[in-house]
Parts: sequence; structure tokens; C-alpha cells
Amino acid sequence: MNEAPSSTSPHDFPREVIRGAVVRFAGDSGDGMQVTGDQFTAAAALARNDLATFPDFPAEIRAPTGTTYGVSGFQVHFSSQDVFTPGDAPDVLVAMNPAALKTNLRDLKKGGVLILNSGTFNATNLKKAGYDVNPLEDNSLEGYTVLSIDITKQTVAAVKDTGLSNKEAHRCKNFWTLGLMFWIYSRPLEPTLQWIESKFGKRSDLVAANIAALKAGHAFGETAEVFQHRYEVPPAPVEKGEYRNIGGNTATALGLVAAAQLAGLPLVLGAYPITPASDVLHELSKYKQFGVTTVQAEDEIAAVCLALGASYAGNLGVTSTSGPGMALKMEGIGLALSVELPLVIVDIQRGGPSTGLPTKTEQADLLQAVYGRNSEGPVCVIAASTPGNCFTMAIEAVRLALKYMTPVILLTDGYLANGAEPWKIPNVADLPKIDVKFRTDPAGFHPFLRDPATLARNWAIPGTPELMHRVGGLEKDYDSGHISYAPDNHERMVKARAAKIAGIASDIPPLTMEVGDDSGKLLVLGWGSTYGAIREAVQRCRDRGLSVSHAHLRYLNPFPQNLGEVLKRFERVLVPELNLGQLVKMLRSAYLVPAESLAKVQGQPFKITELEEKIRQVLES
Amino acid sequence: MSDLISPTKLTKKDFETDQDVRWCPGCGDYSILANVQRVMPEFGIARENIVWVSGIGCSSRFPYYMNTYGFHTIHGRAPAVALGIKVANPELSVWLATGDGDGLSIGGNHLMHCLRRNLDVKILMFNNRIYGLTKGQYSPTSELGKVTKSTPAGSVDQPVDPASFALGVNASFVARSIDTEAQHLSDVLRRAAAHVGTAFTEIYQNCNVFNDGAFDAFTDKAVRAERQVRVEHGKPLLFGANNDKGLRLNPRTLALEVVTVGDGGVALSEVLVHDETNPAFGQLLARMPFPEFPVAIGVLHASQRPTYDGTLRAQQKAAREKLGQGDLAKLLRGGSTWTI
Repeated sequence: MNEAPSSTSPHDFPREVIRGAVVRFAGDSGDGMQVTGDQFTAAAALARNDLATFPDFPAEIRAPTGTTYGVSGFQVHFSSQDVFTPGDAPDVLVAMNPAALKTNLRDLKKGGVLILNSGTFNATNLKKAGYDVNPLEDNSLEGYTVLSIDITKQTVAAVKDTGLSNKEAHRCKNFWTLGLMFWIYSRPLEPTLQWIESKFGKRSDLVAANIAALKAGHAFGETAEVFQHRYEVPPAPVEKGEYRNIGGNTATALGLVAAAQLAGLPLVLGAYPITPASDVLHELSKYKQFGVTTVQAEDEIAAVCLALGASYAGNLGVTSTSGPGMALKMEGIGLALSVELPLVIVDIQRGGPSTGLPTKTEQADLLQAVYGRNSEGPVCVIAASTPGNCFTMAIEAVRLALKYMTPVILLTDGYLANGAEPWKIPNVADLPKIDVKFRTDPAGFHPFLRDPATLARNWAIPGTPELMHRVGGLEKDYDSGHISYAPDNHERMVKARAAKIAGIASDIPPLTMEVGDDSGKLLVLGWGSTYGAIREAVQRCRDRGLSVSHAHLRYLNPFPQNLGEVLKRFERVLVPELNLGQLVKMLRSAYLVPAESLAKVQGQPFKITELEEKIRQVLES
Repeated sequence: MSDLISPTKLTKKDFETDQDVRWCPGCGDYSILANVQRVMPEFGIARENIVWVSGIGCSSRFPYYMNTYGFHTIHGRAPAVALGIKVANPELSVWLATGDGDGLSIGGNHLMHCLRRNLDVKILMFNNRIYGLTKGQYSPTSELGKVTKSTPAGSVDQPVDPASFALGVNASFVARSIDTEAQHLSDVLRRAAAHVGTAFTEIYQNCNVFNDGAFDAFTDKAVRAERQVRVEHGKPLLFGANNDKGLRLNPRTLALEVVTVGDGGVALSEVLVHDETNPAFGQLLARMPFPEFPVAIGVLHASQRPTYDGTLRAQQKAAREKLGQGDLAKLLRGGSTWTI
């Protein structure tokens, strides 16, 4: 290409200021879409946009190239306003091959921008994607703004002087694409140039090629005369501080490490590989220098039992899993609550029942978590609302487990686990210490002596002289801790265990509104990962003048003390859940309120529009 | 953690608890308990550093009667709980009491993994070939055709031999003893205690209520000399009232055969000399069919290899030496950050 016409120089090019956009990159597993998405996200973050991301990769490990089930995607929503979800539907879809187009086009907004690598739309790839006719040549893409570019050819031309093999040259096309996207959204190239240097530093040819590709893509935007204007997304009003991008599983793992440090206890994680929880095991296995021990157990049962054994011996026992593993762990959790030892169980929920939808999200383990044990088996259950909130709630799970000598179940889900958002890094000095006291005084000791305030029993660990004692799953005498089958004692112990968990309500924050007034026509009450979608939907409805508020439960057993009173302040209560109405059942049972359910069980999160529509419907009926 | 060694000399009485022992009168568990309480002071370990872990069943009541730390867990899972205890505090001396149902049926999986990992714990399996606490159903070690409440026409399950199973999953220590053979049991317990790694001891234990006399065919005083071979490392595998029978290996069939030694029989040199470090000996001895062969008791196999908990500790130490003590603030910052 020759000189760029002066009218298209960067300074003169018309820029349209927009609030934000949702962009999805989709391509073959080998096309580098996750890297592209990460870099595009980093640029948005540096431009101080608020954002949320959602990677969507295939369940198959090495799917054949060009197939629809081998398509890997990365969606990012960035904005000058607060962002709460990765976005319902992309404004821009980048499809690197026919299979990516085939699987993603249905999600693209009507009138959205479609950027296609026409160089891959050959007979073989079209056939693999299931196209009888090339969609570039029929009218099937009408109604979208289609930019069909031979990205492969452009990339090969851009890197031809770097001496890369043809195969390696082809692999640079994600950076060419990224360069073009940076141009469209007026992003500087420098941070990615630096990233390329540090990533490929050892191979100067790769550094040169990827830089050439990135710059060529950027230059293409300026010179190709296919774009009418560029976009600019101003900074979002974000709180001051140091930020990083964080995913839910990473946040959970870091929260557990932080909590163990705050409590001054070594952490033992027992886990059995299961999607989508395995990353917690992977992450924690890297932190031996923090006193973290991970044991990949022989099964889910062993995983919970060894975590409990670790707690018995005075460490912090943790186990992480997903739905089917939860079912297997229940007897172990029952033992933990019977012997009253601290234990944290992280359930990263997925679609069920049985094996269900391993890589898809759902919130249908709530009743299992709250009620899923034989006999009267109360445990504390809490839930995280966003990827970053997983950190906070993991610390909270540990705090409550240690303070009340009880199992605590932390519910997250596949959507939180794999999704990511900017996260304000907390100051370690500001995190509250977790007080742990081991019993050492033999005077008047028995293992089930309770703290009168919390009802937690005293924790005497092996190795402590004079405090030798036996605990087990048999019923214990309230006053001595010895085995007891006495009728009155059993009822007393059942009630003591229930009262201990119920008492946690006085130790957790009251429920407050996320959005809206403290009373009104409609309360939308959510829990867990639906936070972002509900918050945004309620805000949009309020912007249109509707009387609706949003509150979000992070404590599910016990509920916050003021929940019943909050429910009464609204004429109606709507409970959106990714299950068939489990929280709604608990609310009706606890407060006798006619709460209404919005249920969705498709393995997919709520779309904001679905919630808006339901809110309108409820308020109009 | 306090020193593992007991500062004062302990006695049997120190290991008794104030709890009434609730096994049936005449149960073999009583003699095992008395034996353990008698031998444990010899190990010189302070009581607070000993933990007894059990699952569910008659044998699993054991921890309640030992004045140490004790954890009566859930059915079959004692090895998993013990794994967590040992990982959390490798200094503790951890002992497991289990039975043939708890250890080999519902808990077979955990037992297998404990043995192959070579976790440094001592396992006593009370094998009475019956479910006692649930009142008399057949167990994984009950003989084929066993008539019980749940198998009125006889069991159709092939039994498993605990010692052979343990050797099959690469246990580093496998021994057998008998509830009523006080001296022998004490000796085996001493060996188990001294072993570094998983020490698996099967104890033939009589359930006088639901399976009385299950082992009489080789434990009865009148026959035991002829029906038991007491194995000892480095000693010829001899048995019989006059020590005139021996075990010889047939090199063609790779099977053992019973031979008469001495007058009219084979020379002593033809009798196999027990090598407990070679697991092949253990497996041959564990799998001898009865009554064609005697029942082997004693230490069938003992060898050394790194323990799970020891190796784990070493990894942790190496990580600390390489990376230093973890810095939480640095960890939270992770990869790339930006400041607003």
C-alpha cells in the first residue's frame, strides 16, 4: 500500500464517542482467540473502561481444526459506565473461519458488525463447518455490516520479511486482527508491543513478525477505506486503586490462601479432578511456599475426609468440587458437623442432574447444600456474586468455619469460575485477622465445651498434652462429650447444632439494596452469579421509571437477620434463579411470602433483556 | 508440637480409658485391645502424639478405649481421614483400627490407595469374616457358600485374602497374627510400630456371636502346630509339632509344596528360607490354600521405600527454599496490574 490519504490520518479520522461495546472473538482452538481476547481486554482496562469477560472454549480437549466443536470464543464487554455482565449479545463478532461464523452468528446483534477472515472460507473449511453454500456468496449475512477481509493473506504479506515458515506466519493472524480492532476502538499499540517483546523475547523472529502483523492490521484500518469512523470509549468512573483482571476460580483460590494466612494456619486442600472446579486445585498446588498442601485424592469422598482429618489435626481443611462430587461428599460433611470441626467446601456448580452439563453453569445445588444430609444436618451456606467476590466470600467461609467450628459450603458456579472482571487488589494490611484459639488448658476440659456466645466447641488438637479425647459420629453427651444415646440429650444436641448455625445470622451483614429504594412495588432478589445481570436489568428498568429494587443474598444459611422484614417492604418479590425455584422455596417456607420465581435451566446465564422483560411483565400484571 | 517421645515411662493402665468396653463378652477384640494397651508403652511415644482412627463396625469402636487422641469416623473412610491427619501433622503416630467389612468392602478403595502411597500409618485389620455390628451378614472375607441372614442359600462371593490384597497393591509391610496368640501378636505389633510406612497387620479375630470358631481349624491348640507356619525373616519355613514339615518351591510350577524334612524326607537345605524383603515370598505365603497348606502368620513382607508424607514434606521444604516464604501482597498482584 502506498501513502495513506491525508483525510484518513489518525488525527482527522472521525471518531464517534460510544458508551461501550460487546466484542466477541471466535476462531479455531489454534487461532489464539484467548490471547487476542486477553490483550484486547488489557487495552480496555488500561483505557480505564469497566469491563467483564467470558471465555467460552470447547469441552473437547483437542478438537480437529475447522470443526464447529473446535471453536473457541472470548467475549468482552467494555464501557464508560459500570459493567456487570459480559453482555447479552455481541455488537461486533470477529469470526476467523466458517465454523466460528456458523456457531456464533446467531448471537450477533441485529445490524451488528461482522469481521470475517475470508481467506479461510474455502471448500474444505466450509464443508467442515456444515455450509453447503459459501455464506459470503449468498444473502444469508444480510442485515449485518460485513467486513470480509483476507486476514490470512494480509498477515502473510505483513510478516514476509521476518523469515517465518508459512505455518508460523499464519499463526500471526490473531495479532493482525487485534491491530485492526485496536484501530477501530482507538487503542494504543504500545502495551501489546511490550507484551509481545516479553512473551516471545527469546525468538526475535516471532517478536518481529507479531509486531509487524499487529501494526499491519492497525494500518489497514486507516488506509483501507472500508471504515466510516473509529470509536472511542471514555474512561469509566472507577474507584481509585490498583487493579488486575481476575477469574472466579483464581479469586477463590487466592481468597483461601489469604484466609489461611490471616488465620495463621496451614491449608490442606483435598480435591478430586472435576470440571469446572479443577482449576482451584491447580492454582492452590502452586502455593506450597504459603503453607498450602494439596492432595489429589482417590475420590471425592477421600477428598472431603482428608480435609476433615487435616482440620482435626489443627490445619485448615478445604475441599473443592462440583455437583456430582458434592453428592458424594455429603456423609463426610455430616461427620464434620457432628464432630464440629471447621471445614470449607467449595461447590462450583454446573448443570445437572448426574453428569449433566459439565462445562455449563447452573445454580441448582442450593437445596443440596442447605438440606442435603441425613437427619438434622445444619451447615452454613454462602455464595459469591461475581468473579472478584469469590475472593471475599472464600475468606468469609474460612472465618465462619473457624469461628463456629462448622462446615461452611461456598457456592460459586461455572459462570463465575471462568468469567473475569477487573478487581481492585485489596491491601493485605486491611484484611481482618482471623482469630484461632486451640484449647490447651486441661482444667475442666471436655471436647464439646461450648463458647456461650457462638456455641462453638473448643478445639483441642492431637499433640496437646493432657487433652487426649475421642470424637466421632456417634451422638455425644452435651456435658461430657462421651457417647450418649439418651433421648433428651440427643434432642438437646440436635438443637444446639441448629442454634449454633442459626446464630451466625447475628455475625453477618444485613441485606441492603444493590440498586433502588428500600421499599416499593417490586424487589428482585437474587443470589450467586446472577448478580450482574439482575443489577443491570433493574437499573435499566428504574431508568425507565419503574418501581423496582435489587437485593442480593450472599448468605443462604442462615439468611441475614433482616431478610423477612425487607421482603415485607415490597408489594411483590421476584426471584430469578438458574434452577427451578430453589431459593423461592426456601423464602416461602421461612417467611410465608408469595415470592415469584423466574427460572432458567439452559446451562446459560440470564440475559439482561430476559430479566427486564420479566420485571416489566410482573409490574404490568 | 511437643516432643514425640514420652518423658515418663507409661504403663498399660495409662492407655486405658474410663469408658465401658461395649464388645460382646468373649469377643476377640478384648484380647487385641489388651495386647495393644500392653505393648504401646514400649514404643515410648507420649499419648498426646498418638491418634487412633477408625471407620465403622465393632473393630472401629477401638479408639474409644485407648487413652490417646481418637477419631471414630465414617464407614470405610478411616484411611482418608488418617491421610489428612498425617499430611497436617506428620509427627503424629497414627494408628487405624478397621475390620474386614470396613476395610475391604466399603473402604477397599481407600485402603488400596493408602497402601500404595505408603502413608506412614499403622493399620490393624480385625478379620472375623463376618459383619458383626449389623448382626451377621457375610463379609468380603467370608468363605464361598457362607450361609448367613443375607445369604440363606450360601454366599456366591469369592472371598478376598487381605494380606494378598495388600501385597498386590504394593504394601511395604504386611503381617498376620491371631487375637488369642498374645506373644505372637505383641511381636508383630512391635514390628508394625517400628516400620516406617504403611504397616498392614491382619489379625484373625473370633466373633463368638455371629461366626464362632471361624479360625479354629488352624488356631485350636490341638492343631495349630500342624496348621500354622510362623514365618521369620532369614529362617527356614518349617512347621509341625516336631518341626518336621517345610515349604519348598517347585521351580517348574512356581508353586509351594509341603515336604517332610529330615528322616525319610528332604534335606533342610531344600526348605525355603523366608525373605521378608522379597514380596514374592509374601504373596506365595499369603495365598497358600487351606487346609492343603498351613496358614502363614508373622511378617510376610517388610521393605523400605519413601513415605507419602515424607516426600510431601520434602517438596514443601524445597518450595520454601526456592521461593522463600510466600508474600501475600505479591501473590494478590499476580500478572499485570494497572493503577487508577
